[in-house]
Amino acid sequence: MYKATVIVKRRPTILDPQGKAVEQGAKLLGFNNVQNTRIGKYIEFFVDAKNREAAEKEVREYSEKLLSNPIMEDFEFSLTEWDYSEEEVK
Amino acid sequence: MKPKFGVVVFPGSNCDYDAYYAMKKVLGYDAEFLWHKDKDLKNSDVIILPGGFSYGDYLRTGAIARFSPIMDSVYSFAEKGGIVMGICNGFQILLEIGLLPGVMLQNVSLKFVCKDVYLRIENNNTIFTKDISKKTIKVPVKHGEGNYFADEGTIKSLEENSQILFRYSSNEGEVAEVYNPNGASKNIAGIMNKRQNVMGLMPHPENACDPVLRKTDGALIFKSVVQSLF
Repeated sequence: MYKATVIVKRRPTILDPQGKAVEQGAKLLGFNNVQNTRIGKYIEFFVDAKNREAAEKEVREYSEKLLSNPIMEDFEFSLTEWDYSEEEVK
Repeated sequence: MKPKFGVVVFPGSNCDYDAYYAMKKVLGYDAEFLWHKDKDLKNSDVIILPGGFSYGDYLRTGAIARFSPIMDSVYSFAEKGGIVMGICNGFQILLEIGLLPGVMLQNVSLKFVCKDVYLRIENNNTIFTKDISKKTIKVPVKHGEGNYFADEGTIKSLEENSQILFRYSSNEGEVAEVYNPNGASKNIAGIMNKRQNVMGLMPHPENACDPVLRKTDGALIFKSVVQSLF
């Protein structure tokens, strides 16, 4: 079992109105050093795959097909091996 | 024979009844709802993907609805030349499934817009606009993510192939930033595919059909489509 975390970011050339609005809030609170706020998505899930390569392939396809839209977003992901049984005992 | 409009119902659609009502009760066409989990288009002549918030707009607008079983049938219907109209959320679904190019971003204002707008007819030689003799039409918009975006190459190709159908404008047809309700690239409100059988637009023509609402320009689009069927 692998735990995957995917981060979906808006492409740098694409306007992020939400990030802009949040940054206005930052300025109001006095965080004057804050710049270029961009808001993305963090997604985590488990993959039951026989090895890392298979898990990577599945996460990549899932991210390309559904989690991100390549016209406006990029994604990156990481995988960690996960022992489910241990988790359950805790 | 009456033309038949199939209106797809996704979980979270909320303009499905508006479209059904406009087609059946106002314009007198045949209309039927198509459940998103079905695959049967029930011999519809035209498919309407209605407005709303399918799947709660989770992930991205239209991103999950495009994988609904009915969308396979809609996709093949469009590939065979069938007429598909995506309105608002329906437009967003057409972008996600790739029947039309581009994406929808959040409105630049970050606000949901709900008001009447004027659209300039950019190409009146299409099945969607043939019956419109006016320079502009008045229809309502109601959306939070209608900021149409595509890369420069795509916009250029849309322009070169006359695929842009409607732009936000003044009553007289002047296209300027001040008439743009959402920040859409080049004031684009509606486009079609190269083959001219799939259309997407953010404003709601189905909400401008019934004379009781004192605006009926939207009906011109549906009448154009129906004319092309016979």
